[in-house]
Amino acid sequence: MTDQHGQEPTRRDFIYIAAGGAAAVGGALTLWPFIDQMNPAADTLALASIRVDTSPVETGQQITVMWRGGPVFIRRRTQTEIEESLAVDISALPDGLARNENLSDDAPATDENRRFTEDLLIMKGNCTHLGCVPLGEAGDYDGWYCPCHGSHYDTAGRIRRGPAPENLPVPPLRVADEANPAIVVIG
Amino acid sequence: MSGPSTYEPQTGIERWLDSRLPIARLMWDSFVDFPTPRNLNYWWTFGGILAIFLMIQIITGVVLAMHYTADVNMAFDSVQRIRRDVPFGWLIQSMHANGASFFFLAVYIHIFRGMYYGSYKAPREVLWILGVVIYLLMMATGFLGYVLPWGQMSYWGAMVITNLFGALPVVGEGIREWLWGGFSVGNATLTRFYALHFLLPFVIAGVVILHIWALHVPGNNNPTGLTVKTKKDTLPFHPYYTVKDGFAIVVFLMIYAAFVFYMPDALGHADNYIEANPLVTPSHIVPEWYYLPFYAILRAITFDIGPISAQLGGVLAMFGAIAILFVLPWLDTSPVRSMRYRPVARWFFLIFMIVCLCLGWCGANNPDDHVLGTPLKFVNFAQILTLYYFAYFLVILPVLGFTERPKERPASIEAAVLGNKPATAQPAE
Amino acid sequence: MKTLIRNLAILAGTVIGAAFLTAAPAAAAEGEAHEPENHAWTFEGPFGTFERTQLQRGFQVFQEVCASCHALEHITFRNLGEGTGPFTCFPDPNASHEDDGHHAEPLCYDNPNDNPVILQIASAYMIEDGPDDAGDMFERAGTPADNWPSPFANEQQARASNGGAYPPDLSLIVKARAGGADYVRSLLLGYHEAPEGMTVRPGLHYNEYFPGGQIAMAPPLSDGIVTYADDTEATTEQMAEDVVTFLAWASDPHLVERNRTGLMVLIYLFVFAVLLWFAYKQVWSRVEH
Repeated sequence: MTDQHGQEPTRRDFIYIAAGGAAAVGGALTLWPFIDQMNPAADTLALASIRVDTSPVETGQQITVMWRGGPVFIRRRTQTEIEESLAVDISALPDGLARNENLSDDAPATDENRRFTEDLLIMKGNCTHLGCVPLGEAGDYDGWYCPCHGSHYDTAGRIRRGPAPENLPVPPLRVADEANPAIVVIG
Repeated sequence: MSGPSTYEPQTGIERWLDSRLPIARLMWDSFVDFPTPRNLNYWWTFGGILAIFLMIQIITGVVLAMHYTADVNMAFDSVQRIRRDVPFGWLIQSMHANGASFFFLAVYIHIFRGMYYGSYKAPREVLWILGVVIYLLMMATGFLGYVLPWGQMSYWGAMVITNLFGALPVVGEGIREWLWGGFSVGNATLTRFYALHFLLPFVIAGVVILHIWALHVPGNNNPTGLTVKTKKDTLPFHPYYTVKDGFAIVVFLMIYAAFVFYMPDALGHADNYIEANPLVTPSHIVPEWYYLPFYAILRAITFDIGPISAQLGGVLAMFGAIAILFVLPWLDTSPVRSMRYRPVARWFFLIFMIVCLCLGWCGANNPDDHVLGTPLKFVNFAQILTLYYFAYFLVILPVLGFTERPKERPASIEAAVLGNKPATAQPAE
Repeated sequence: MKTLIRNLAILAGTVIGAAFLTAAPAAAAEGEAHEPENHAWTFEGPFGTFERTQLQRGFQVFQEVCASCHALEHITFRNLGEGTGPFTCFPDPNASHEDDGHHAEPLCYDNPNDNPVILQIASAYMIEDGPDDAGDMFERAGTPADNWPSPFANEQQARASNGGAYPPDLSLIVKARAGGADYVRSLLLGYHEAPEGMTVRPGLHYNEYFPGGQIAMAPPLSDGIVTYADDTEATTEQMAEDVVTFLAWASDPHLVERNRTGLMVLIYLFVFAVLLWFAYKQVWSRVEH
């Protein structure tokens, strides 16, 4: 489409460029619905946050709830477990960060930054190594132990030994409303 | 594909590829430099439009398949979930459902164009037959797809069509149960229809490639029906027909978009928003509009023909109405391709088109109702129309070839385009 | 150009013809019932939209009148607070009503899970869930993700409670009836004395818009049967319009989004077509044709 005939080259080129540009823009915009349709649908998103009543969980007991297709551990820790966790030297941890979505990314992995209330610990139940579900009240640190590749977590869900790179993450959490502090909204 | 290739690889990579897999050469010779008659009108843009719609249907269809569940208990709800919860699901579902209608609209225009300009005649018989094969596959695909939303019309449409096979003597009953995978339309039917509905479009795409191949051997027919003689009769496909096709495609897409966004249900049926119920038949079962003419032919045979029962006769007439298209190249005995130069045939063709539209009208109405308040019932009207439909192929076209006196035809395509004017400009080559 | 216009006219004619052909049986299927009365809806036409206060009133009518017999299967509580739904925005309950004529800013929630109205509506219903750790089913308060609970456990129970008639699901009713919103509104308002000579069977009611003329549903609406929160007078006409608007939304919650996207797409295609038309003219100006 070079200018062989010499008449009004600028206007002619403009039309071709404009038409070609319009085709490219239209094509790109059309692409979006076909990409976006693979994102989680509205009904899936609606289940992205759940409410859990934590009042039936006794001290020393753990419940596992399903959240976003995976397990979440809710444990009411014993006084011994809490003290054990508080005694840990943060600087010696393999992962010194809290991994708590409710706090800033650089918050240190203190017990206060990990737990929800003093005795209540809520965190995702997939090992940060390759996603297996760790066993409770097991391992060398009285917390969780992942049988797949031998990761040991302590009583605040922090990685202490084994191949897992990070502490078990704490999902977004909040109290449903002031009247019912035992009902926790996850997500 | 016709004539020597004009493709010249420019870079080292192009030369390297060309000596190993000359795909760039194939594309160049087929869609860039392909010599195309210079007088093609807008009716010739429907080939490109159909290619676009095959793409739209396949892409939206694969996307819908990511969300659809082929199970009688979940199919209806899963379509509702697509329309309500899947991001842009409402758009993609509407594009697919209305896309089927516009695909058929385009294919009917494409077929009528071929019939008017004699595009089925030698040397394009194979091209035409491949086209009829595509049309048949489209009808099968459309029918299978209409069952998937599992609404009342889906279910009862499937019931009626599969029961057609039950009309066959001896083997009918067995074939019907074989199609159903049970004793009625059910879950087995739905899952197999889903699998086949997914498969057939790719078969169509394959036959389309053969169709284009068969087109590029003799080249395009044109409104005069004259054979291309010299280079002056043609223009390179690109840019002359790419831009013309492109314009027509966008205009057609505008009409399509008006339906997709503003009248998404205008071409559908309200009953299909009720979940399939094997115990209740809707008061008035009609197929999608694009099957209506054949549905009218099916119902027009209300009498036994010798040993053939009315039911079997209807089925045979319906399939015969499509099958007759396969032999059209040999039924039309006239040596003149374009009806532009066939003063009598063009009138019969016009009547034929009206007959097809009226058959569609009959298909949409209750056979026992009266046509516009006249004493004529739709079923009898359909019988007259069916008679003309077959007579057009079996009597009118064969006889006209011998009796008709064609008008004088121009010497060449170039002469038809330019008349007596001297050619002032030539295409850039 | 002339041939182009002619061709396009034929094309348009074919499309309209096709639409007409499919519309024809719908009219025929109505049998002896009257054609539904044409009504002006806010959601009609390419710029149609839903008015939120009307949806709220319509929801109130549905909840207080229809929901005792009819299901709304495809609607979840959260849907009521999504997009153009009735409670995505609502009047601030804490705003003082003695404002000097100024309307307080309504409260809006993007996420229906946080929307107090949605949570309140949902939690008022008990939903069967389970099994629990003991393997038993239990009841819990509804959450936004739950589907609107059906008044009956199954079709048999619904029929048994309604003299053999099955109250249809309403979440698609506007799309599932030929005549759409006009038909549903006409039906709600179509209860009259039966014409001379017609014997209405026991348990049925004469309705001029219902196919066959006899419907099992008793006249559902009467003046003042609900008290609207926004002080609109609850006439039968008003309630019919409101509830049908709500049901039209329930059938097609993306209607407004669809209309808006359609406008953009058509404008784009039009501009693109004009550009291609000039490009086409340019290209073909090089040759005699």
